Amino acid sequence: MNLILAPVRGLGRATLAVVSAVGRGAMLSVDAGRSLRRVDQWGPHLVPQMISIGVASIPLALFIAAFTGIVLAIQASYTFVGTVPLYFVGALVGKTMILELGPALTGLALSGRVGASNASEIATMRVTEQIDALESLAYDPIAYLVVPRVIAGTLMFPVVIALAIAMGIVAGWLTSIALLDLATPQFVRGLRLFFDTYDVQFAMFKSATFGTTVTSVGAFFGYTCTGGARGVGRATTRTVVVSSMIILVLDAFWAATLL
Amino acid sequence: MSIELKDVHKAFGEKRVLRGFTLSVERGETVSVIGGSGQGKSTLLKHVNGLLKPDAGEVWVDGQRIDQLEGEPLYETRRKVGYVFQFAALFDSMTIAENVAMGLRRIPGLSEADIADRVRTALARVDLEGVDEQYPSELSGGMRKRAGLARAIALEPAYLLYDEPTTGLDPVTLSMVDELILRMSDRLGVTSVVITHDMESAYRISDRIVMLHEGRARVAGTPDEIRDSADPVVRAFVEGRADLLEEAS
Repeated sequence: MNLILAPVRGLGRATLAVVSAVGRGAMLSVDAGRSLRRVDQWGPHLVPQMISIGVASIPLALFIAAFTGIVLAIQASYTFVGTVPLYFVGALVGKTMILELGPALTGLALSGRVGASNASEIATMRVTEQIDALESLAYDPIAYLVVPRVIAGTLMFPVVIALAIAMGIVAGWLTSIALLDLATPQFVRGLRLFFDTYDVQFAMFKSATFGTTVTSVGAFFGYTCTGGARGVGRATTRTVVVSSMIILVLDAFWAATLL
Repeated sequence: MSIELKDVHKAFGEKRVLRGFTLSVERGETVSVIGGSGQGKSTLLKHVNGLLKPDAGEVWVDGQRIDQLEGEPLYETRRKVGYVFQFAALFDSMTIAENVAMGLRRIPGLSEADIADRVRTALARVDLEGVDEQYPSELSGGMRKRAGLARAIALEPAYLLYDEPTTGLDPVTLSMVDELILRMSDRLGVTSVVITHDMESAYRISDRIVMLHEGRARVAGTPDEIRDSADPVVRAFVEGRADLLEEAS
């Protein structure tokens, strides 16, 4: 009997945990909305957070984008050779970097760098009573800790991802002229062939939603953390896993609804 | 009455921590709350400045029902209540001076010079000069605790809540913290609630001592009444005798 009931119980517990997390997440979102008006508390932290979340993420994003661009160019050439004109390498690198790989890969990488860092910092503050201390000193901890991070993430992810897209295209171009017997005019011709400014708007919008996701999920798991060092570890891991999953779901959702 | 908890109940999941706890603290009075580990002493203290809301019951501070306050009125009341955390809860990304200044920055009309002055005074009061620019990780446990105390008293609050202020301190520092608690009460008329395990300290600083046991105030009395209590649970705690507790149960 236990063998039958155990999975049912497990499923029930997991469902309750998810419903409870969604409920707490919704409550935190409402509180964050309310805390927006406390500009005096989140305002001074916005620029430092934009630097920490955005500017400091640029090297990682550029590194990933550069190698993505190289691989894309080589693989496109490998696929097209003998069947499709090689200038289509420029089209594939540009289109793929802008629409998909720039935002998604960078978003996933930043869910590790930014999400984990936010979650562990806020979770440590929670378990060491620093959040209680903030409250006891008449601060609104959500305005102080959560709001500037979420705004900074929403504003800076598009900037970082735009740079990553540019780097990916430049890396693809350099690879094309260095390794693929493709001249610059051919690469540019391919790049311009299917270029649409709407794609850039789409990528930037999508990136902003990834920024909101990564910072909100990190803040949520950090803020609701319990249980000492183990809890901090759990909050960090969950942030990376959940924000990566949401990024992939959002990626598909925006593609289905906006393209 | 300046602090009053009326029939406060609080549970975390299945665990019922407070089960009808009642406490009244007069203005200027120092009340120590004693009790075994895990009895809910810190939980009850967090109700006093609204960090936790009771499941049932009322919490009154300075004429306000703090468990029903939200937003600005809650912050307004909290500015009158200093809180000394068990493990100091200093902000580890800030220097000691910045930590002590944090609460002061929420007081309207204080200039940077006023804040710096009050930070210096608060640190001097806890005998912690010359560490302004150091980070909490660079200080010893006792120094961190004193810095936490400085952060609370810098606000010049009408109420001070101490969560085990002397645990882990050396005898000299412990006596200094006791003196400071007494001074805050005698000279500045601060109303204090002190959570402690240290009976010598409780006898020295308290006007009254309350024992929290199984979620309720088991006994309340002056230090002498507690010292002479015939209640086996109180005697077990005061004398450090587990056998009395077994007899009582």
